[in-house]
Amino acid sequence: MKALLIRDIRLAVRAGGGFGLGLAFFLIVIVMVPFAVGADTGLLSKIAPGVLWIGALLACLLSLDRLLALDFEDGTLDLLATAPLPLEAALSVKALAHWITTGLPLIIAAPVLGVLMNLPTQGYGWLVLSLLLGTPALSVIGTFGAALTVGIKRGGLLLSLLVLPLYVPTLIFGAEAARRGAAGADVSTPMLLLAGISAATIALMPFASAAVLKVNLR
Amino acid sequence: MTLAVTNLTIARGGLPVLADVSFALEAGQALILRGPNGVGKTTLLRTIAGLQPSLNGTVAGAQDQIAYAAHSDGLKAMLSVSENLTFWAEVFGQSDISNALKAFDLESLSDSLAGTLSAGQKRRLGLARLLVTGRPIWVLDEPTVSLDTASVAMFAAAVEAHLKSGGMALIATHINLGIEQANVLDVTPFIARNDVAMGSSDEAFL
Repeated sequence: MKALLIRDIRLAVRAGGGFGLGLAFFLIVIVMVPFAVGADTGLLSKIAPGVLWIGALLACLLSLDRLLALDFEDGTLDLLATAPLPLEAALSVKALAHWITTGLPLIIAAPVLGVLMNLPTQGYGWLVLSLLLGTPALSVIGTFGAALTVGIKRGGLLLSLLVLPLYVPTLIFGAEAARRGAAGADVSTPMLLLAGISAATIALMPFASAAVLKVNLR
Repeated sequence: MTLAVTNLTIARGGLPVLADVSFALEAGQALILRGPNGVGKTTLLRTIAGLQPSLNGTVAGAQDQIAYAAHSDGLKAMLSVSENLTFWAEVFGQSDISNALKAFDLESLSDSLAGTLSAGQKRRLGLARLLVTGRPIWVLDEPTVSLDTASVAMFAAAVEAHLKSGGMALIATHINLGIEQANVLDVTPFIARNDVAMGSSDEAFL
């Protein structure tokens, strides 16, 4: 399992691995928003949590179609399926590698970009915490979507259409927690629901992903 | 230890291609599968490797014993030869890759990126992967594609060494490898008659 994690991270940071893809997209979106909506600081700080969350979610989505497609094309998935490692574990590790190479950089960049969005001071901690709790769910659900569309050429569109509805609960509670945090209100309810969504998807999704991947490998 | 295949019926795209295939493979034996293109050799090997379900029949003794090698080698272009091999060794719980490098003459290439290798060198690396799995049953689909004569001899020597140490090999190939312990099975007589509706329509969609 450790070998697979190290290999995936190493492949992501080497040339052509697409490590910076999600981060660059996030950066572009958040830098562009103040230009588009105007320099009204009150409005910006009001929409900041939601815009930062949408940016992070779309940046996550952008890197999903590479998650399993490359391993499928070069035959690695067939060989992994015959390896002693259960497919459920292999897919969990791949989701973890995706989170480390995509989710974690977004979480680290979010407070810096929050400055551009004039995020209120008390909101920074809650924004980072909500992303920390929510982005693992995005990676795990995304792995399921990638497993579902792995055999399909140019499956990126289908993948987005399938995965986006599944992302909605995470987005609602994540953005709500960040918004309440920025407004100085009580964040416990959305934060607990967000944590619950992440815990449930991490526990259950790998089994669904492995089941659909087995069907796709036939 | 025996690999026993009994009355195996296999399907491709929901239609049965081979029916009632039976054979047994003992430790130290190799079986060469022959048959024209499209007859179902790859499907048979994938079924035995557990990558797809059979319509009927059983495969005994294959669970967690098989090292499978297909047309694609599962190599990453941006990893070096030794990184690729070490990864597969660790997945299979092994650590030593020096024997595999030596058996397929890859020592001088061990630090090159797999993406810079020629087709034949990539194939050798893909076959070297078999040695680091530590699995007793090798299931190989056209292993000699893009290999030159010297590399084929290298491969045949690796298979013979594997058989001598109590392993087994199931190989679909069209060329003569010159392996003494090998029996040949022509799968042509097992071609399924498609007038029997064996594959349900659901299978075709899944």
